Amino acid sequence: MEEDFRKGEECPQLLDLIPNERDWMVNGVGGVGKRCGVSEEKKLELRLGLPGGEDWPAVIGKTEEHSVESVLSPGRYKLSKTSGINPSSVGAKRGFFDTVESKTEAFQQQQQQHAGFLQLQAKGKELSQKTNGRAEQQSLERKACGFSAAHGSAAAPSGNAAGANNSSQTRTATTPVVGWPPVRSFRRNLASTSKPPLESENGGLKPAIKLENGGKGLFMKINMDGIPIGRKVDLKAYDSYEKLSLAVNELFQGLLAAQRDPLAAGNQKNPEEKPAITGLLDGNGEYTLVYEDDEGDKMLVGDVPWDMFVSTAKRLRVLKSCELSASSLVAHFVVVTSAFLFLSPGGSGRQEKNSNRVLERKGSVVHCALNICCFLASFGRCF
Amino acid sequence: MAEDEDGGRGGAGCGDGAGDGDGGADAPPPFSDRVLENVLENVLQFLSSPRDRNAASLVCRSWYRAEAQTRRELFIGNCYAVSPRRATERFRRIRAVVLKGKPRFADFNLVPNNWGAHFHPWVSAMAAAYPWLEKLCLKRISVADSDLFLLAHSFPNFKELSLICCEGFGTAGLAAIAEKCRHLRVLDLIEDYVEDEEDETMDWISRFPETTTSLESLGFDCVGSAVNFEALEALVARSPALWRLRVNHHVSVEQLRRLMARAPQLTHLGTGSFGSAAAAAPLLQGGGSSVVDLAWTFAASKSLVCLSGFRDVEPHYLPAIYPVCDNLTSLNFSFAEIAAEELKPVIRRCHNLQNFLVLDTVGDEGLQAVAATCKDLRELKVFPLDAREDSEGSVSDVGLIAISEGCRKLRSILYFCQQMTNSAVITMSQNCQDLMVFRLCIMGLHRPDHRTGEPMDEGFGAIVRNCKKLRRLAVSGLLTDKAFAYIGEYGKLVRTLSVAFAGNSDLGLRYVLEGCNKLQKLEIRDSPFGDSALLSGLHHYYNMRFVWMSSCKLSSRGCKEVAQMLPRLVVEVIRDRDEDHDNEAVSKLYMYRSLAGSRNDAPSFVEIL
Repeated sequence: MEEDFRKGEECPQLLDLIPNERDWMVNGVGGVGKRCGVSEEKKLELRLGLPGGEDWPAVIGKTEEHSVESVLSPGRYKLSKTSGINPSSVGAKRGFFDTVESKTEAFQQQQQQHAGFLQLQAKGKELSQKTNGRAEQQSLERKACGFSAAHGSAAAPSGNAAGANNSSQTRTATTPVVGWPPVRSFRRNLASTSKPPLESENGGLKPAIKLENGGKGLFMKINMDGIPIGRKVDLKAYDSYEKLSLAVNELFQGLLAAQRDPLAAGNQKNPEEKPAITGLLDGNGEYTLVYEDDEGDKMLVGDVPWDMFVSTAKRLRVLKSCELSASSLVAHFVVVTSAFLFLSPGGSGRQEKNSNRVLERKGSVVHCALNICCFLASFGRCF
Repeated sequence: MAEDEDGGRGGAGCGDGAGDGDGGADAPPPFSDRVLENVLENVLQFLSSPRDRNAASLVCRSWYRAEAQTRRELFIGNCYAVSPRRATERFRRIRAVVLKGKPRFADFNLVPNNWGAHFHPWVSAMAAAYPWLEKLCLKRISVADSDLFLLAHSFPNFKELSLICCEGFGTAGLAAIAEKCRHLRVLDLIEDYVEDEEDETMDWISRFPETTTSLESLGFDCVGSAVNFEALEALVARSPALWRLRVNHHVSVEQLRRLMARAPQLTHLGTGSFGSAAAAAPLLQGGGSSVVDLAWTFAASKSLVCLSGFRDVEPHYLPAIYPVCDNLTSLNFSFAEIAAEELKPVIRRCHNLQNFLVLDTVGDEGLQAVAATCKDLRELKVFPLDAREDSEGSVSDVGLIAISEGCRKLRSILYFCQQMTNSAVITMSQNCQDLMVFRLCIMGLHRPDHRTGEPMDEGFGAIVRNCKKLRRLAVSGLLTDKAFAYIGEYGKLVRTLSVAFAGNSDLGLRYVLEGCNKLQKLEIRDSPFGDSALLSGLHHYYNMRFVWMSSCKLSSRGCKEVAQMLPRLVVEVIRDRDEDHDNEAVSKLYMYRSLAGSRNDAPSFVEIL
């Protein structure tokens, strides 16, 4: 299970680490662990000098005793340099053995030497199978973990190997564990960024999270006149203009009340006493809802079918109705006219642009009317 | 902050009629009792600890009422444990609120976005109920700009805002606070994610009142966008009460000097980048004169006791802080990639240091230098530069032993390393008997003692056995059930336990749940604990703030059983990844006691059993 996670990624790295390892050891800086590397490398060298499959267990038995003795020698891990094999001559595969070795060596310390022997025996079998290196490593680590956990239960090595082998593929070794080590995201970028740190230092993962809303909402900005803070609405959550209007009321009711009369808002015990924002769609209320479509045109909300509105709207605004007065009539007229003209030929698609074309086809009279409307709209400077 | 029970708990006791000493029923108390209540209120107002107040409120109804009238600070450890309405109805005169939301593992991306902990219902309720609210501290809460706007407009006497590990707001919200909260004393943004959309960054610093402000503490080191420096400098100049200033990494060392010149009274300084502005860099060949100037500036800031920042530190500027080192009690180098050689001359001068945060780039050698000088050290945090499970570790057991030998008064340690030995941990347990917080993170998964090959059981066992004041423990490395047996047996004061990739079987969790009777917060990930272990804690879950278990071996059958047996426990199953949609296995479990029942704002990927 969890053992799979361990060092899953290391295999490719290890293959490259041999020269580094050597430097690592030569520097002599650091803890005892590094000295282990030296001795383990040498032990491995002893093994690698040996032939293939069937002789392996016997040979391992011999070398293992040798290495166990040395390991058990009190306090110190350094083998006498009797092997004489130059570390650099060993190939990439040894790197793989190295870490495995460090674990298996470690477990031998628990004086379960027989089981340890069985470990190596099983490892030998795996190696001779020449399976995917990563799988080997994982399965060996599984056994190693299982061994330490079992603490002396002498499970049959072949059983171990088989069981481990079958389940060693459960985790793709390339997936790093989420949230491990447990440092906050703004600390994770330290190693990779040099000065100056990116602005994303506050959370490399956050931008992805920000956009992720189950991926299914259609969030749209909505601003209200007089309130500096905008909100967002999810158009997919509603299926009619009435519901949208109610939602807008909910979003801004509190803010509007707070802005108008801070103390009154504070003293109210009953939140329902705040004035509701009504009449957004019919032009009767204090505020009117307008939207900007994907071609940049500003339009009143409510005139086109809901689905069309959802697909074309890009931003919403809640404007004071008085500011809309002149041009609202114009705009309303334009939209209504366009809608009418659009609907009459029975076409589909974008209403305004199509209807503009329709208008042009139908003749200059309507075209003039449209021009006049646009002129008035810009003059009214509603938007 | 003390991990105290929230106010709701006392309410639970009285709500069930547990206390009834004055013989009255629902009629208003007779005159003599009202006098008594007045007297009582006058006495109770001196009680400040929430625990004491909770206890007092359980004595009888009279005391319950008196306590509710006199409580000024409300502490809500889990925003879903009680509804805003219930809290505001019971406590009518609150001036300060502390509110905590998401579980801590949310910091490590284990809790999906939109999970909850929204500020909106709380700010709406408080806007109506507490018009005289002065202080607010939020931790791991989702705060929107509109919430900050409402806050700014609803509390005319608002003074202190601290946001810790929050997200969802941007500079627009900050602008609203700056502009409307005319009595603001504290604005502390600590490790928040402050995001702005596209190009909508606002110049919020310019929104502070033009007149002399009452600002005492301003911290924005987590804000990703640059602030208007001239406005900041002017703000600091007209804030004579300012004693804490933490700027973000966009502030260069030249700008820092100007700020420090305006505010020589500062005691806590977040230094921003501590590197030179790029344009000025070519002029500072060798940086000699500028370091001297900077040192003079520091020399003039005689009150400094806490330094942080150093986000892009250029090591040749470090000597500038020598003049204040001797006075420093707190030093945060956790963003400074410096080696031991660069640390030593600084740390050698910091004899009075009590809190030290550093990156592991200083290595064991750096830690030895710390141990040699900082005899008064109380808190140490060593963060990894390269936070991966297979990175090269720079600190090891050697550093830990050195610290334990040099810093005997250590109370709290957070230590990231690649590998560790039992003997080092045992040594620390013997040397540092005052330890209250021990968090060791061996980044390599399932790493045993690298010298003996044994699991790390004995090390952590020694910690719980020898450190008798231990309240918080985080374990790592290769651990068997034995480690948990130790924790259950000896960790009698442990309140917070974090477990990752540890244990062999259900026994491990059972030991903890049956043994640690002060346990309040339990967070476990990737450990083989299953239903039977979960069920062994039924006797204790009502005493806890929360339990988090992810990637363990739980099934929905076991979780449902817990939910049935404990009706006041909210049991949430979070299924946010595709592979979680297997109905039986539960990959993320979050459960907490609550008076409010199932919350109504749970997103679709949360199932409440």
